[in-house]
Amino acid sequence: MQDPEPSYPGARAPDREFRVDAAGVGIAVYEWGEADAPPLLLAHGGFDFARTFDVFAPLLAEAGWRVVSWDHRGHGLSDHTELYSWDADLRDLLEVIDARIPAPCPAIGHSKGGGMLMQFIHALPHRFTKFVAIDGLPSKRPHPDVAEHERTRLLGKEISAWLDHRRRAAELVRKPGTVEELAQRRKRMNPRLSDEWLLYLARVGARRDPDGWRWRIDPALRFGGFGPWRAEWSLQRLPGFPVPLLGLLGTEREPMDWGTTRASVEPYLPAGAELHVVEGTGHFIHIEQPQQAAKRVLDFLAS
Amino acid sequence: MKHTLRHSRVELALHELVSGTGRPLLLLHGLGERSPTAAPAELADWPGGVFALDFTGHGDSTVPRGGGYTAEILMGDVDAALGFLGGATVVGRGLGAYVGLLAAGGRPEQVRGLVVRDGPGLVGGGGGSISPHIARVDSSGPVPPDPFALVELSRDLRPRDYAASFARQATQLSGLPRPISVAALERPEWLAALTEEIGVEQRPLADALRDYATLD
Repeated sequence: MQDPEPSYPGARAPDREFRVDAAGVGIAVYEWGEADAPPLLLAHGGFDFARTFDVFAPLLAEAGWRVVSWDHRGHGLSDHTELYSWDADLRDLLEVIDARIPAPCPAIGHSKGGGMLMQFIHALPHRFTKFVAIDGLPSKRPHPDVAEHERTRLLGKEISAWLDHRRRAAELVRKPGTVEELAQRRKRMNPRLSDEWLLYLARVGARRDPDGWRWRIDPALRFGGFGPWRAEWSLQRLPGFPVPLLGLLGTEREPMDWGTTRASVEPYLPAGAELHVVEGTGHFIHIEQPQQAAKRVLDFLAS
Repeated sequence: MKHTLRHSRVELALHELVSGTGRPLLLLHGLGERSPTAAPAELADWPGGVFALDFTGHGDSTVPRGGGYTAEILMGDVDAALGFLGGATVVGRGLGAYVGLLAAGGRPEQVRGLVVRDGPGLVGGGGGSISPHIARVDSSGPVPPDPFALVELSRDLRPRDYAASFARQATQLSGLPRPISVAALERPEWLAALTEEIGVEQRPLADALRDYATLD
């Protein structure tokens, strides 16, 4: 028996769904709004999924945009794959916009989605007109104040834990639960969301298995990590950003936020860039305050 | 003899070139290469078994869909081999040398000496920020090697301080006086940084192997 469609005030399922083949990886693509309306690209953050835009995207669509979003590989309804990397995500995105967005368009990205779009727009500026980063602007994170040998030991522990995870990755499965339990797990990341909103997100982001509901995210993916990439590189590139830019920042510090503050990023903003702080929100501004976030974005797009 | 190992959803081919009871020698090939079919003559004096690993997307290992390669993922390949072998002395060529460095830092108790050698993919994409570029991959050629691997692992970034941090983990946590030996002549930025670290010695392959063969 099919589960009934979940509901939440203001939430609307996408008007259209597509599947894009990215070199053998199936990528789930969603659109809200009229099929012939001008396109607007929307990118979700790491460990999230496009249906978290079910309130935010319809607000943009009602203003006359065809909002196009997609699930990153391993997220939402896109395929789980053998390998995951930043470059692979960017290549998948190229397949999505080649398939659905023929003309230059504005783009909005949250968190990792914002970082991806910043790099993508720098690489292909001719395909974009404006950019909005929702807590997706880079920040120069200070090194922890520890001695060199202690830093070596801490990094060693982190890498060792990551390798241990890789050894187990093939057998890992997400913990099953009721929809209510999954909603409460999500509440750790979104402590200010209503239970009703969290239940909706769990219903559209999880699948029902015989032993319970599971978030769809690939269990082989893991939070945090290490690597050669440096946030400073994005920060130093920011003054030359090629299209008009709006940054939205929250005020409540949370485990997943980027630690970016007005003071830390303002010296690097290109001329004319706008920065808006949404008081009382954390990392997920568009989920916590979708109406306020949409109004800011629409004002910026109209300017 | 070929052993099949699992690293997440990838099956890896580990070739047993020489059987033996002493500590194994693990060979890591360069970018686009595959494991040799027989142990090179220069390794004839090694007292233990000799094994060679095909990285993901190379040789007899799985070619995944849609790329997504990083040197760190290949470190996980090496870790699967170290888990199977229970530790090894590692000889890496080109890309395999850089991945060997990551493994020596990531599993300092299990890599009992690393020899860095010249070979394809030694340089990578440099040590700092580069202009963003979305690489389209032409997958019409022969596979393996995976064309995505050839593109992604020839432009992966290898900052000096990042390479040095893995060398420090190897030197501080392995308990070995000289855990890394550089027998390569090419000097990309990451390798130049490596040679400045305490515990990293520049010496020929034969000298390094003689030293590592005597370790407990």
